[in-house]
Amino acid sequence: MSLIIFIEHDGTRHEVDIAEGHSLMEGAVANMVPGIDADCGGACACATCHVHVEPAWLERLPAQSEMEASLLEFAPDPTAGSRLACQIRVSPCLNGMTVHLPAAQH
Amino acid sequence: MNEAALKLDAGVADAWSMPLAEIDVSDPARFRDNTFWPFFERLRKEDPVHWCANGMFGPYWSVTKYKDIMQVETSHQIFSSDTDLGGITIEDGNGGNGLPMFIAMDPPKHDEQRKAVSPVVSPENLAKLEGTIRSRVGEILDGLPVGETFNWVERVSIELTTQMLATLFDFPWEDRRLLTRWSDVATATPGSGIIDSYEQKRAEVMECGTYFTRLWNQRVNAEPGNDLISMMAHSDAMRQMSPEEFLGNLLLLIVGGNDTTRNSITGGLLALNENPEQYRKLRENPALITSMVPEIIRWQTPLAHMRRTAKIDTVLGGKTIRAGDKVVMWYVSGNRDEEAIERPDDFIIDRARPRQHLSFGFGIHRCVGNRLGELQLKIVWEEILKRWPDKPIEVMAEPKRVYSCFVKGYESMPVRIPA
Repeated sequence: MSLIIFIEHDGTRHEVDIAEGHSLMEGAVANMVPGIDADCGGACACATCHVHVEPAWLERLPAQSEMEASLLEFAPDPTAGSRLACQIRVSPCLNGMTVHLPAAQH
Repeated sequence: MNEAALKLDAGVADAWSMPLAEIDVSDPARFRDNTFWPFFERLRKEDPVHWCANGMFGPYWSVTKYKDIMQVETSHQIFSSDTDLGGITIEDGNGGNGLPMFIAMDPPKHDEQRKAVSPVVSPENLAKLEGTIRSRVGEILDGLPVGETFNWVERVSIELTTQMLATLFDFPWEDRRLLTRWSDVATATPGSGIIDSYEQKRAEVMECGTYFTRLWNQRVNAEPGNDLISMMAHSDAMRQMSPEEFLGNLLLLIVGGNDTTRNSITGGLLALNENPEQYRKLRENPALITSMVPEIIRWQTPLAHMRRTAKIDTVLGGKTIRAGDKVVMWYVSGNRDEEAIERPDDFIIDRARPRQHLSFGFGIHRCVGNRLGELQLKIVWEEILKRWPDKPIEVMAEPKRVYSCFVKGYESMPVRIPA
């Protein structure tokens, strides 16, 4: 289990334990974190699980695939820390990571 | 037994008796008669990735299962949308227009043009539009006759979507029905009753182009505004478009913003009438509109398919697809795939994961206006339930369906609001 902190756009904080190997998206949906739509169910095909990762944690994440990068270009307000939560698998080195949710997933 | 049921029975018999190789699911007559369903059911069971050598629109592959459609959607490097290779509809050249448009382009050009248009449906813009949509929906509903039969498609679905499109383009209000006409023409097959020939289609599409070129010339010389024409005219990526690209992208936005929402507005009322227990549940709890809207969009699947062209040899669902082959993703079939969606043939307004459907497509070409479409449907149902909280609007007879295997929709549907 790793602790991941989701902060909604209005500042509401959700601390969620996610089992190793599960995606950030799966952990958020299973724990009712609002604002992660995940329409495609984790196929990296819809960009509705967009999160902004805090800079300190970015370098610990695997590189974006070409598909993830393309989809993020169409998400509203992409930043340097933008990632799709379905593409991040939880591992012990992510314990304590904070991600921020955008105002909307569309 | 009524005529529609008899036709469906005959369709079921045909679907399960004919040799697999002869099945051509693209026949527009079966969509008009609503008898296409058993053909897809058989393909999903017996031959999910199906080759048809003698289709009405030429040889093509049918992809009928949710997971295989998703694979095509997310492999845009293999499966091209480029107009020059055939485009995005089963009919080559995007329904015989032969025009380039960003939905029918591959990266990087697709990405640049899509990004130029997408701000119009940003969350901020949608929030601004919500009040306008609500007041227009209210006026349309308040003008409906009570206690007499009228055509829902004409009075509500077409009127509302056309008004919305005119607002998005800042289009001259008194001419707005031209938008409806151009949308119908752009997707029509000769013989459908809308146009008689491809010459007529080209001529009307050119009229549309001339009209919009005039608007473009006005806006490009004015201060940037918040309408789509102005956004396109002032965007670096789109300002340099050729006249064909300009017209193609316009048609894309007209059809994208028109047919799809129109037919979902009609389809939703039909689905609720065919499932009166769901209509009752909705009237008792209008909060269910949130999950009903995506369920309507799945159940209706207003665009039955999208097409790609293979750029290289590849394998899909165990079949070898050759470079140059036409590959049709039947959303209408994937949305009824029981391996992906529980009880897929049932209309259930409080499904657990209603947004998991193929109607908007997935991947880089996913519908750019999906949230606007959903917003319009949400407001329509909120305003209907406010006005008639305990009287279901009744569908009085089978609707007349469109002769097309692309636009899955309705020409007319008689309804009555109980007095």
